[in-house]
Order: sequence, then C-alpha cells, then structure tokens
Amino acid sequence: MAEYRYTPENFKSDQQVKWCAGCGDHAVLNAVQRALPEVADALDKPHEKFVFVSGIGCSSRFIYYMKTFGFHTIHGRAAAVATGVKVANPDLSVWVCTGDGDSLAIGGNHFIHALRRNIDLNIVLFNNEIYGLTKGQYSPTTKLGTVTKTSPYGTVEHPFNPGELAIGAKGTFFARTVDAEVMLTKELLIEAAKHRGTSVVEALVNCMIFNNKTHASFAADKATRAENTITLRHGEKMLFGKDMNRGLVLDGLKLKVVTVGEDGYTLDDILTHDAHAEDTTLHCMLAAMKYPEYPVALGVIRSVDAPCYDTEVEAQVQSVKAASKIQCVDDLLNSGETFVL
Amino acid sequence: MEQKTSLLKDVVIRFSGDSGDGMQLTGTLFSETLALSGNAISTFPDYPAEIRAPQGTVAGVSGFQVHFGSTVVNNPGDKCDLLVAMNPAALKANAAFLKADATIIVDADSLTADNIAKASFTTDDPISELNLSGRNVIVARITTMTKEALADSTLDNKAKVKCKNMFALGICLYITDRSTAHAHDYINNKFGRKNPDVAAANNLVIEAGYNYAANNHLSHNAYAVEPQGLPKGKYRTINGNVATAWGFIAASEKSGRPLFCGSYPITPATVILEELAKHKSLGVKTVQAEDEIAGICTAVGAAYAGNFAVTTTSGPGLSLKSEALGLAVMAELPLVVVDVQRGGPSTGLPTKTEQSDLLQALYGRNGECPVPVIAASSPSDCFHYAFVASKIAMEHMTPVLLLTDGFIANSSEAWAIPQMADMPTITPPIAVAGEGDFMPYKRDERLVRSWAFPGMANLEHRIGGLEKNAATGNISYDPANHAVMVATRAAKVAAVVADIPEQSVDGDSTGELLVVGWGGTRGHIASAVAKLREEGKSVAHCHLNYINPLPANLAQIFAGYKRIVVCELNAGQAAAYLQGQFPQFVFERYNKVEGQPFTVAELVNMFNEKLN
Repeated sequence: MAEYRYTPENFKSDQQVKWCAGCGDHAVLNAVQRALPEVADALDKPHEKFVFVSGIGCSSRFIYYMKTFGFHTIHGRAAAVATGVKVANPDLSVWVCTGDGDSLAIGGNHFIHALRRNIDLNIVLFNNEIYGLTKGQYSPTTKLGTVTKTSPYGTVEHPFNPGELAIGAKGTFFARTVDAEVMLTKELLIEAAKHRGTSVVEALVNCMIFNNKTHASFAADKATRAENTITLRHGEKMLFGKDMNRGLVLDGLKLKVVTVGEDGYTLDDILTHDAHAEDTTLHCMLAAMKYPEYPVALGVIRSVDAPCYDTEVEAQVQSVKAASKIQCVDDLLNSGETFVL
Repeated sequence: MEQKTSLLKDVVIRFSGDSGDGMQLTGTLFSETLALSGNAISTFPDYPAEIRAPQGTVAGVSGFQVHFGSTVVNNPGDKCDLLVAMNPAALKANAAFLKADATIIVDADSLTADNIAKASFTTDDPISELNLSGRNVIVARITTMTKEALADSTLDNKAKVKCKNMFALGICLYITDRSTAHAHDYINNKFGRKNPDVAAANNLVIEAGYNYAANNHLSHNAYAVEPQGLPKGKYRTINGNVATAWGFIAASEKSGRPLFCGSYPITPATVILEELAKHKSLGVKTVQAEDEIAGICTAVGAAYAGNFAVTTTSGPGLSLKSEALGLAVMAELPLVVVDVQRGGPSTGLPTKTEQSDLLQALYGRNGECPVPVIAASSPSDCFHYAFVASKIAMEHMTPVLLLTDGFIANSSEAWAIPQMADMPTITPPIAVAGEGDFMPYKRDERLVRSWAFPGMANLEHRIGGLEKNAATGNISYDPANHAVMVATRAAKVAAVVADIPEQSVDGDSTGELLVVGWGGTRGHIASAVAKLREEGKSVAHCHLNYINPLPANLAQIFAGYKRIVVCELNAGQAAAYLQGQFPQFVFERYNKVEGQPFTVAELVNMFNEKLN
C-alpha cells in the first residue's frame, strides 16, 4: 500500500459550496473528501489520477467543489462520458456524481448499460426523490401519490428502487447509505473504489426545500436509524435494532423480520450476509426492503467479481498488437490487395 | 452480340438481381479486377434498406454499377452499356438506366410466370413490355448452366443455385478481356479453408461463365478498355467509409494521440465503426455505445481524457448528438463528428444519398455554437478530409463536423497510396504544468486553449457546459463575460481559415457561368463541366470542401462570372448559406432531392440552359 499522506484538504477546491443549508449533499461531499486520501493509498493512485464526472442537477455541481480533474457534462450523460474517460485511460480512478433524475430518468439508458458492461466506474447516486434544481417536480424515485409541482393531485407513477434496478441489470456492486451516516458513507466509498467494475453507491439525501424528510421515517436520527435500518456486512448475521436482537430470516420465498429469542427463532436461524454471491435473488430482495414492513438495507448489499470492460478492451489491444502484421499506418495502407502501375 | 473492335474510352456495367443474389459481391470482385489491371474505376452500389425484401419484387432489387475507363473516371456513370439482370424485377428496375445501344444479359431461367407476376408485369413478356425487343438482349440460362457445371458437386440444389452470380461474373470477365485470377483468389481466401466444397463450386462456376461467353462468341473484347491514364505508382481500391476510418487512424499516428471511436450503428455510416474496430493493433479503441448520444458522449469523455476522439453517424444520429456536440464546443475539446448523409427527414431513405444535413451541421445546436464544417468529395479523398478534420480539431481544440454522404461512402475508386512520411504533422497544444493553478481557458494568439488531461500532475481543473469566466474558467453568469465568450468561440472557429487552402477553380477565372458544388457531387459536376468546356462553352467549376470557415478568396472568385449556379442534392441549403455570406452576388440554384446522385446528362442540360 502506497503512502501519499493526502488529507481531505487536498481534495477541496477554492469554490464556494452553493447547496442549500441542510442539504444532504454536503455530508456526501464531506465523506468523499475524507475517503479519497485512503483510496489514493489503497489503489496507489496519486492525486492527478482522480476524475469526477457529473451530469446535471444539484448533486452534479459536486465536481466544482473537488480539487481533482472534473467534468460537469450534460443532463443524464455522465455515465457515458465517464465510460469514454475510463476506456481512454484505464489507469484513472473515475467517479460519477449523479442524481435520481439524472441517472434514472434522462440517463436511465446509460446507467443500466454502464452496469451491463461492468466498466470500472464509481457511481455516487444522490437520491432525494425529487427534482431540486428545477424546483420541485417528481422524479423516477418519488413515492407513489406524492404531491409535487407537476403532480398537484399526487403522482400516479410507480418509483424505481435504484438498488433493484442496478442489481437487476446484473450490477456487480451496490451499496446504500444515508446522508447523516458520514462514516458509513466514507467506508462504502472506499469499498466502491476498491471494487473492480461498476460500483453504485446510493446516498439517500434529504432535500430541505422541495422534499423535506422524505427519508425521515427510517433515517431521521440515530435512534430511528438503529431501529428502522439494517447495515449489512459481508459474513455477518443480518441483525439490527438498538439491542441488535432483531434479524432477517427467509420465510418461503420472502424475507421476514423476527426477534431472536421470540417465536422459537435463535441466532442460528438469522441469515448471514453473502455480498459475494453470484446469484442476485437475495441481494435484490434486500435492496427492495421498504420501511415499515422491513428495515431499509444499508451497507454493501452486493459485491461480486467479474471481468471489467476497460481492462478487457486494453487486453484485446495488447494481444492484437502482439499478433498483428499491421504495426503502423503505412502497413495498413499497403495491406491487402494493392497494385503497381 | 455485336462485335466492337475498337477500344472504348470508358464503359458502364450494371449488375442487378434480387437482394439475396450476391450482386454486391459480384460487382465488387469485377471492379477490383478492373482496378488491379490498371483501369480507372468508379462504383456505385444501389441496394434496398430491407435486408431481404420479398424475393423477386422490384423493391428487393439490389444493383451495383461500375464505370471504368482508360483515364480519369470520376463518377459511376448515368446509364449503362451492359446490364446483367438476374430476374424480371431487375430488368424492370433498370430499364430506365440503359444507354440506347446497351446490351442486356438476362437469366432465362428466371423468366417464369411466377417471377414475372412478382415483378408486377401485366403481360408474360417482360422484354416487350419494357420496349426492349429491339435491343441487344441475350437470354442465357444462367441458373441451369450453373447447376450443370456443378453436376458432380456435393452441394445441395439450393447451394448450387447460389453460385449463379459467379456465372455472371465469369461472363463479364470474358467480355472485358480480364483474368479470372482475382476472383479465384478471393473465393479461395474466403471459403478455401472453412468450406472447400463451396470454394470449389464457385471456382467452377466462374470458369463455366467465362467459357460460356467464349463458346457463344460473346465478343472477347466487346468491352475492353485499355488501361493507360493513371500516373505511375502503387494503388489500391478504396471506398469512402474505409478511407474515412483510415484518415482518422493516420491522424492518430501523426498526432501521437490514441484513437477512440464511440459510435452507434447507423446506415450508411456503420462501416467506419466496423473498420476502426479491426485496428486494435494500431491502438484504436472502439465503443459500440447503447445509443447515438452515448456514442458522442463516450467520445467527449475520451477527448477530455486525452485521446483523439471521433464519433460516426448519419442524419438522424446527428440530431441526437446535437446537445453533446454543444458540450464539446463549450468545453473546447477536440472531436470529429462524421455525418454520412442519407435521404431525410426522419428515417427518410437510409440507403440513398443526399446532402440535406448541411444546415444541421452548421447550425443545428442550441445557443451560438459554431463548429468547423468540412465536406469530402470523393471516395478516396475521404482519407484526406478525415485527416484534415482531425488536424484542425486537435490543433484548434474544437469539435469538427465532417460531412460525407451515402454515395461516396459506398462507392469505390482506385487510390494512389500515400506515404505517412509525406503527411503533415499534427501538433495538439498539450498543456505543461507551470506555477500556480492551471487556467483551462487561457488562450494562445489563435485563441486556442491548451489540452490538459487527467493523469497529468498539477494540471487538475474543472470544466463543463456552464458558461465560464473568460480568464479563470470558473462558472460565470456575468452578462458582459458571456458576450465575450460567445464572440471568442466564434472568432476561434473563424481563425481556422488561416489553416485551410485557398479555393481553386477548374476552368477560366472569368466567364459566363460558375458552377458551385460541395461535397460528394464533385465527380458528376466535373464531368459535366468538362464536357461543356470541350465544346468551347464558358463555364467553370468551383467545388467547396471547406464549408465553415469558407476559404478567404471566395468573393474574389465569385466576382469573375456573370452567373453563379449552386448545384446540390437538397432543396438549396448551400445556396442559402452562401447568399447569407455574400449578399452582393446572386446564387441561382439547381437542386435534386431524389435520394440519387446527379447524372452528368441532367447537369449538362441545365448548364446549357443557363448558357443560352
């Protein structure tokens, strides 16, 4: 492991952060700036190898606050632009900052195809379940029935769950955090960076102005989070609650919340989290858990090894280079059928 | 067949059949043979958008025309001297494209009641119905003779019949006095190892066709055209799409920047992506993106990361790429966007040619969003203009739009192979880390910013699609700053004029009529103007490749003629553009929007009308 001795200050730009006071994005920015010194050492990447690419929306302003290479692109296309960056130079650590509208509505296609290719990007998906920058219209993750400026009688559209979408697209890494859990966010970002392939970290963030308290039922404060969320860790029992005595078991084809010591359930009955399982079924069920029937799953829900698009492309280039008779453009121009007059 | 003893200057042959009959391969092998023996050639494939339209119908007819000559051939010819028709539908589709003394070879076995009905003839005699009775029509039992030649082959009947296109090829090789060697080489390379029975069958049938022509006294030199005119040198045949791809690879080598292509398949541009995908040995990386938008966005990302990036498309795809092209203008990144134009609007005529994306290329983006626009004008000069577009993009840090079209993209011609040592250098303004923070929008005297990419230490910076401060590059909503930036981006593109050659004119610098064309119509216009000049008419030809910025000496050229006519395959887009740039001149218009190239004959007629 390298030692660059970076601090969060090394990743803070001189630009004033212009998000609203109380916006959840501040906490994620803080976590990213704290995570990067550790990521740099873990991946042996100096400062100049970090690139942040964003689309359009409140969260996409993120890149201006980072003292790294940054590209603020166009609405929905950050994943596609980042794909080009990573293929062009696989040695870079490429991060995508995007919102629920940016990546799941206008950019939905690029989001699922990045996952399908398993290109080594770290996608930080800021999910506040609303369009903030356009001032309060419903997004693809807005809860059914929510009244917004464009749904004055409540939405009649079912929301996407980003975890189900990512895992359904056979994404190799999906983790979830909430804005207030800065240390958890930092931990998940480091895991995402280490994962080779497309990593999605969904950050549930609050929008004070247009969708206040949308995550509050399970995330309002520490006590609520302890009772109403479950932080999954690979190889550990799926337990939660302030006394860590509630857990998840499989009941037929469904997950069920039980209390250890009640109704005949013992600790042995509680599921052990296997984030590395190839099969997506249980990961999908965990990602889909909704409060109040279930605790909301946080932590690394899925992390599996698979070939990476960018390294496969690079490997093809190297193997074809080694085998081909065409080593320069003059070779190409004179290849195949030619004739002399 | 009528005996023609004297050598001809040039000949046009058209192969036509059902889209499953292999006419494109037949035409390609035939043209390659001619080129290999030193003839100048120009080819034009004309095929339906449907992969297999209903068999036997006129909609399913696929044609391939080759024009070959002893000296310069710069278009595939209006009408043909020889038509090879594999079925009644092919006869019907091509009857209008026959010269008065043309010969027609038709497969007798295809003239069944069923096929005649499928081609919607009203009688049982297609030849009379098309008024071809007085013509030199050779009705040959091509299918039967193909099967007879393969009597001993182990192939099944269907596979045997598939070889009939090679019978037609054999006939044509005989009557043009060409060797069958190249066709055999191709067949052996393609099938020899994988499928020796198929190779053997095709080889047998080529010879059977050749011998049939010989034994039936089809004149050995009826269509012989002696090669003589091309300058000495090493040649190959090339089509526009492959030439475009190679131009980019050459620019990558000259600039030292690895080539990246992000694209989405679209007719008629797909071959550029396919060709680039082959050349990983030259460091070329291709991403077949999930859509047109991702195609250009991956390219923009690769450009940001320091690659020389291109994206390839046709009109509908260019519409989808508009927003991201605007981002490349705003971020001032090098990028080449190729639009292989086809008939529009909307899905339009995917396999047919048109020049109707000119105004989209110039103006089709939100905001004040200038880009250099360059148009190639022949299959082989796609190499040159792709290279030049790349050089301008990288040296001026700007996206460049390269326009080609379905006609030059698919047509092929002989091309004198260049040497890389003779190609100009390409020097992108790559940043060097200095004292203090990097200023991404600091410009040189040509208004060009420098190119710093991730991985370069001490050059970290942020860019994006928001307007930025002219000095620092930080986001700026200041009204006066926006005006400065709009003017600067325009001036930067205008400054490209210093790097483009002066416009030349074929013909006298003053006269009655100046014919102005642009892009892929060069060959047809040049032929028509040359014909009139041989007759002593006062006409000259000015063909534009640099559309934005325009060459500096254009006004001076225009001033030399009494009348100016702009000929283009659209409803008058270049004429409107020129009229806006040069209000002091009157630009008359000659337009064709039929999805087909001009014919030399129609241009000659029109020019004569203007001159009288």
